[in-house]
Amino acid sequence: MLTINNLKVGIGNKQILKGLDLTVNTGEVHAIMGPNGSGKSTLANVLAGRDNYEVMSGTVEYDGRDLFELAPEERAREGIFLAFQYPVEIPGVNNIYLLKAALNGIRKHQGKGALDAVEFLQVVREKMKLVKMDESLLNRSVNEGFSGGEKKRNEIFQMAVLDPRLAILDETDSGLDIDALKTVAEGVNSLRNESRSIVLVTHYQRLLNYIVPDYVHVLSDGKIIRSGSRELAVELEEKGYDWVRQEARAA
Amino acid sequence: MSEAAVSHYLAEYEQFRDTLTAPWFAQPRAAALDFLRTNGFPSRRTEQWKYTDVTPITRKKFTVGRSAPAAVDDAFVDSLRFSRLDCHELVFINGSFSAALSRNEPLPEGVAVQPLQSVKPDDALLLDSCFVDGEIKNAFSALNTAFVNDGVLIHVPDNTEVAIPIHIIYISGQADATLMSNPRNLVALGRNAGASVIESFAGIPDTEYLTNNHTAILGRAGSRLDYYSIQQESQRAYHIGNTRIRQQADSRVDCHTLSLGGKLARSDIDVELDEPGAEVKLNGLYLTNNRQHVDNHTLVEHKQPHTTSHEHFRGVMNGHSRAVFNGKVIVHEQAQKTEAHQSNANLLLSGNAEVDTKPELEIYADDVKCSHGATVGQLDENMLFYLRSRGVDEHTARSLLTYAFAEEIIRDIRFPEIRERLEHSIAGELPDTDLIEEFVK
Ligand SMILES: Nc1ncnc2c1ncn2[C@@H]1O[C@H](COP(=O)(O)OP(=O)(O)OP(=O)(O)O)[C@@H](O)[C@H]1O
Ligand SMILES: [Mg+2]
Repeated sequence: MLTINNLKVGIGNKQILKGLDLTVNTGEVHAIMGPNGSGKSTLANVLAGRDNYEVMSGTVEYDGRDLFELAPEERAREGIFLAFQYPVEIPGVNNIYLLKAALNGIRKHQGKGALDAVEFLQVVREKMKLVKMDESLLNRSVNEGFSGGEKKRNEIFQMAVLDPRLAILDETDSGLDIDALKTVAEGVNSLRNESRSIVLVTHYQRLLNYIVPDYVHVLSDGKIIRSGSRELAVELEEKGYDWVRQEARAA
Repeated sequence: MSEAAVSHYLAEYEQFRDTLTAPWFAQPRAAALDFLRTNGFPSRRTEQWKYTDVTPITRKKFTVGRSAPAAVDDAFVDSLRFSRLDCHELVFINGSFSAALSRNEPLPEGVAVQPLQSVKPDDALLLDSCFVDGEIKNAFSALNTAFVNDGVLIHVPDNTEVAIPIHIIYISGQADATLMSNPRNLVALGRNAGASVIESFAGIPDTEYLTNNHTAILGRAGSRLDYYSIQQESQRAYHIGNTRIRQQADSRVDCHTLSLGGKLARSDIDVELDEPGAEVKLNGLYLTNNRQHVDNHTLVEHKQPHTTSHEHFRGVMNGHSRAVFNGKVIVHEQAQKTEAHQSNANLLLSGNAEVDTKPELEIYADDVKCSHGATVGQLDENMLFYLRSRGVDEHTARSLLTYAFAEEIIRDIRFPEIRERLEHSIAGELPDTDLIEEFVK
C-alpha cells in the first residue's frame, strides 16, 4: 500500500529525513518510535501533503501511484488520514459541518452519492459511541477550546467517520488519561481490518499493549535504524534509544 | 480644491435654505457654515485624515435633491427589510422620509419615533443636549449641520423597553444627479430604558452620491441600547458616518458596525463614558475589494471610574482596496478601575490590498485593565492544511477560513434574523462563498 524509498526531506537549510525506507502492506499496523526531534511528525506531515517541507529526493508510492503528485485534499480523498500530534483550533468552522463536507467529498470522489442529513447523523452517532465522544463537541468550532484529550479523541472520531485506508496517528496517545487511552485504542482496534493500514507514532510502549502492532520501527536522526516485532518496543522501554543507536552505528 | 468645494456648498446652501420645509436650527447652521468657510475640508496633512484623501469627494460637488425623489423599486426596498423580524421601519429616499414605504408597529406609551420633518420646531426634545451638542468636528459634520433636513428622532422614556427593533433604512442614488443627503438621527434613552436600533444604508446600484450621516446617542442611567449600522452603499458612492455616543451611569451600548459598500467610506465613532458603570461594546467589520477605501476611526473616552469598553474590529481586504483603522482610547485620570480592551485584526487576501492600523492608548489613571492588539496577516497555513488534509479543496478551505474570520464579529448578535442577514451579506462580499454553503448552514 505504501512504499517509501530513500526519502530525504528538509526545511530551510536543515535536513530532517535522511534517507528513510519503509514499506507498509495492506492490513498491517506499524508503530514508529523514536527520540524527540527525530523526524516522526515530519514523515507524517509529508505523507499527508504538507508543503512547507522540501522533498529533496526519494520516492513515495501509495497504491502504486506517486504520492507527491497528489494535493493534500486528493490524498485525503484517496484514503489517507493523518491524526495530528497538535490538532489546530479553527474558530468559526463548525466541527460537524466540516466532517459532513469531508465525508461527502470523499464519497463523491469514490463515485458514491452524498449522505443526507439523516444518514449522516446515523454514521456520526455510531462512530461517536465507538470513541465515546461527547455530543456537545460536535457543534462547536473545530477543536476550539477542546481539552488536549478531547482534541485527540476528535481526531480519532474523524478517522472513524472518514473510514480511511491508510491512517497515520501521530502521538494520538500523548495527553490521554488511562481511560481515554483505552477507549481510543479500542476505537482503533475496531477499525483494524485487512484492508486498512495503520501507522502509529508513539513514545509509549503502553499503547502497544492495547494496539498490538505487526512491526515496530525506530526512527532516529531521520532514518529508520531498526525494525522488529512487538518485542522491540518492550526492549526499547528497558534499554532506551542509546542502545539501538549504538548497535546501528556498530553495524 | 477645497476652496472650490467650500464655495460650491455655500452657494448650494443659499438655494437649499429656500426649500427647507422645517426651518429649525438656524443658529447651528450658520455656525456650521462659518466653520466650513474658515476651515475648509480636511487634507492629508490633518492627522485624523492622514490615510484618507477626501478629494474624490470634494471634487464631486454634490447637490441637494430638489425634485421629488424618484420611485424606488419595491423589491429593492423589501430586500432591505428583515422579512421574518417585525420592525418599526422608517424608510428614506435620498434623505427624505417616505411615509408610503415605512411601516409602523405599535410602540409602548410615550415612545417617540419620528422623522425630523414632523418634529415641531419648538419641541423641547429637539433642543436636547444630545442634538445641539455644539461641537463641529470637521467639514463633514459642518456640512451635516448646515444641510440637515431629515432623519429620525427616537426618544424612549424612563423605565420603558421597546421590544421590537427600530429599523431606519436610507436608500440613496439617482441616475441623473450626484446627490448628497445629510441625515441626522437622535437616539435618547431614558433611565433604565431599552431599545434596538438598526440603521441600514443602501444605494441604487451604480449610482454616485454622498451620504453624510450623523447619529447621536444618549444613554441615560441604567439604559441599554443595541445599535447596528449596516453600510451597503452603491459601489460608486461615498459614505461619511459620524456616531457620537454618550453614556451615563450603568448604561450599556452594544454597537455593531458593518462596512461593506461604498467607494470611499469613513466612519467615526466617538464614545464618552461619562459616569461610573457605563459599558460599551464596539464591534466592527469591514470588507473591501477592488479600489474601495474604508476608514474607521474610533475614540473611547473613559471619564469616570468603573467604566468598561470592549472594542473588536476586523477587516478583510481584497483587490486593490485599502483600509484604515485608528482606535483611540483615553482613560482620564479619575477613571480608576477602568477596563478597556481593543483589538483589530486584518486579513489581506491580495498582495495589492493595504491596511493601516493604529491603536492609540492614552492612560492617565493607574489602576486600570487595558489591552490592545493589532494584527495584519494572511490565512493561517496550519488551519488551511488541516482542512485540506480532511479532503476540503484549497479554494473551499480558503473561502471557509475567510468567512469564519469575518463571521466571528457578528456571532453574538442577539437577533437571529439580523445575524442571518448579515451572514448572508458577508458571504456576498467574500470570494468563492458559493463553495462553502454546506459549511455555513
Ligand atoms: N518548520 C520547521 N522549521 C525548522 N525546523 C523544523 C520545522 N519543523 C520541524 N523542524 C525540525 O525538524 C526536526 C524533526 O521534527 P519532528 O516534529 O518531525 O520531530 P518528531 O520526531 O515528531 O519529534 P517529537 O517526538 O518531539 O514529536 C526537529 O529538530 C524540528 O525542530
Ligand atoms: Mg512529533
